[in-house]
Amino acid sequence: MTVDIAAKRRTAPRRIWQTTLYHGGMLLICCIFLLPFYWMAISAFKNNAEIFANPVAWFPDPIRWESVGALFSRDDFPVLQQFVNSCFYAGTVALAVCFSCSLAAYSFGCLRWRGRNLVFGLTVCALLLPGIVTFLPVYLGWSAVGLTGTYVPLIAPFFLGDAFFIFMLRQFFLGVPRELMDAARLDGASEFRIWWQIVLPQVRTALVIVGLFAIVYTWNEFFGPLIYLQDREDFPLSLGLFTFQSTRAREWSLSMSGALFTALPMVILFLLTQRLFQRGLTTTGLK
Amino acid sequence: MPDAKPRTAGAPASPRRNRRSGRGEARAGFLFALPWMLGLAIFTFIPLILTFYIAQTKFQIVGPPKWIGLQNYEAMWTDGAVWTSARNTITFAVISVPIKLALALGLALLLHRATALSGFYRTVLYLPFLMPAVAGSIVFMLLLTPGAGPINIILDTLGFSPPDWLRDPNAALWTLIILSLWPLGVETIVFLGGLQNIPKDISEAADIDSPRGWHKLWWITLPLITPMILFNLVIGIIYSFQIFTQAIVIGGTTGQPAESTLMYMILIYRAAFRYFNMGYAAALATVLFLAVLLLTLLIFRTARSWVYYEGDSR
Repeated sequence: MTVDIAAKRRTAPRRIWQTTLYHGGMLLICCIFLLPFYWMAISAFKNNAEIFANPVAWFPDPIRWESVGALFSRDDFPVLQQFVNSCFYAGTVALAVCFSCSLAAYSFGCLRWRGRNLVFGLTVCALLLPGIVTFLPVYLGWSAVGLTGTYVPLIAPFFLGDAFFIFMLRQFFLGVPRELMDAARLDGASEFRIWWQIVLPQVRTALVIVGLFAIVYTWNEFFGPLIYLQDREDFPLSLGLFTFQSTRAREWSLSMSGALFTALPMVILFLLTQRLFQRGLTTTGLK
Repeated sequence: MPDAKPRTAGAPASPRRNRRSGRGEARAGFLFALPWMLGLAIFTFIPLILTFYIAQTKFQIVGPPKWIGLQNYEAMWTDGAVWTSARNTITFAVISVPIKLALALGLALLLHRATALSGFYRTVLYLPFLMPAVAGSIVFMLLLTPGAGPINIILDTLGFSPPDWLRDPNAALWTLIILSLWPLGVETIVFLGGLQNIPKDISEAADIDSPRGWHKLWWITLPLITPMILFNLVIGIIYSFQIFTQAIVIGGTTGQPAESTLMYMILIYRAAFRYFNMGYAAALATVLFLAVLLLTLLIFRTARSWVYYEGDSR
């Protein structure tokens, strides 16, 4: 007993020291990871000379609102229109994915049928396939029917499903107890009704998670819009920012305002829903 | 694919009824998967085969494709840009993926303890993943500006002499590597999930058996999260072979400076959508496909000897 207390007394200050060291280290790591965000934010409120000033100005002085203001009045970077485009693009894809992928994931996760494992295996293969290998013929197809320059090629495929989100949703559907479905079947419910009224309400959170991931992925999507879209007015924000930056490379503070404006919606969305994001990630990673 | 679902049907029913409902279920299963099977065929497997075909043709979008056999592949063999970009891409993947996994694992180990600030740390580490790649790349161009970017100034004051990240051909690839290390929140969270899944009794037994933390990490913790290491490794390799957005923002379509950031995907993009040489682009894509396929198979093949699956009889 006495030994125990003595040992505790000896370790107590060590504990405190360790905890302080731990949190100090973690906060330093956090600062490193936040630095790019911080630099982006403050550069949006500086002019070019101040951005490249040496020694570094860690706080914009004076705070300049010019570039943030200019952002909304430039013809070569119509951010508001592009913001609306991004919202439309991401929102439609999210809805399409929630609907189409829940059909397929239900089939893979809850129903038994011949060939299921084969089709699901092919789905996993499709997941690992480099996108470019299938991209070219699909592009040629869309341009043959004259739909390049619109959002149709970017959105339409998602109405049939997407390998990653089917994989993710299936993990959740696997957790729905089979007894529920069997009971409904004995009561004479149709398979469609079982899906709609029994199973979907069980995985409501999963659908929200998948929708959120779809929004983030689509918001950040770059290659597809770069290939398919032609007019600046049609671009989503990511592509708009790229086009602006590559033609007006000198206007750094405006680029930074644009980057801020592109990133901020996702950061806010994440901060509001991060519990769901983390749940989504752990289910995908855990096989 | 192992099926995690229990195989027992819930309610007892007459055999005939059971069989009938089973048939109904099978039909429903097929119908529910039908849209996706169509999607898989139309947008994945038919295009995949078409790519293999186009790769053997001369095809400039206008006019029909002309069969030329393996000439595209022969042209690749003598195309210096192909070798440069392949070397850059492989170097990038080989350096960035292991560093990223090691960092993510370290962070996950650090985060694997409950403190009042754990949630905050996790949020911060995950945030970079939310940053659109274009925006992130532009910000890093500023951060790494020689003489004025904060990273260089910090390195300067610490006594290092930082290179001219964006204009020195020997350093530009490192810009991409550093940039790729920033969003490691996903990998960290996957590792963290693995760590939290380790049964308490195993972890406690290890604490009693061996007082040294290092032993526990090497003999208990790491083997138990090898499935997550495999997952992150495969995904990481596949993705880094396809790096595009960051490369085109930093190096443009020519891989400035001096083709040092010219990535393989940029080459495909150039061939297909700048020069409209679809046949050549398809040949390049086919080679990428084969490389990724072989590498994935190789990793899975070796995985048998180093990945631990719970419930294995070994």
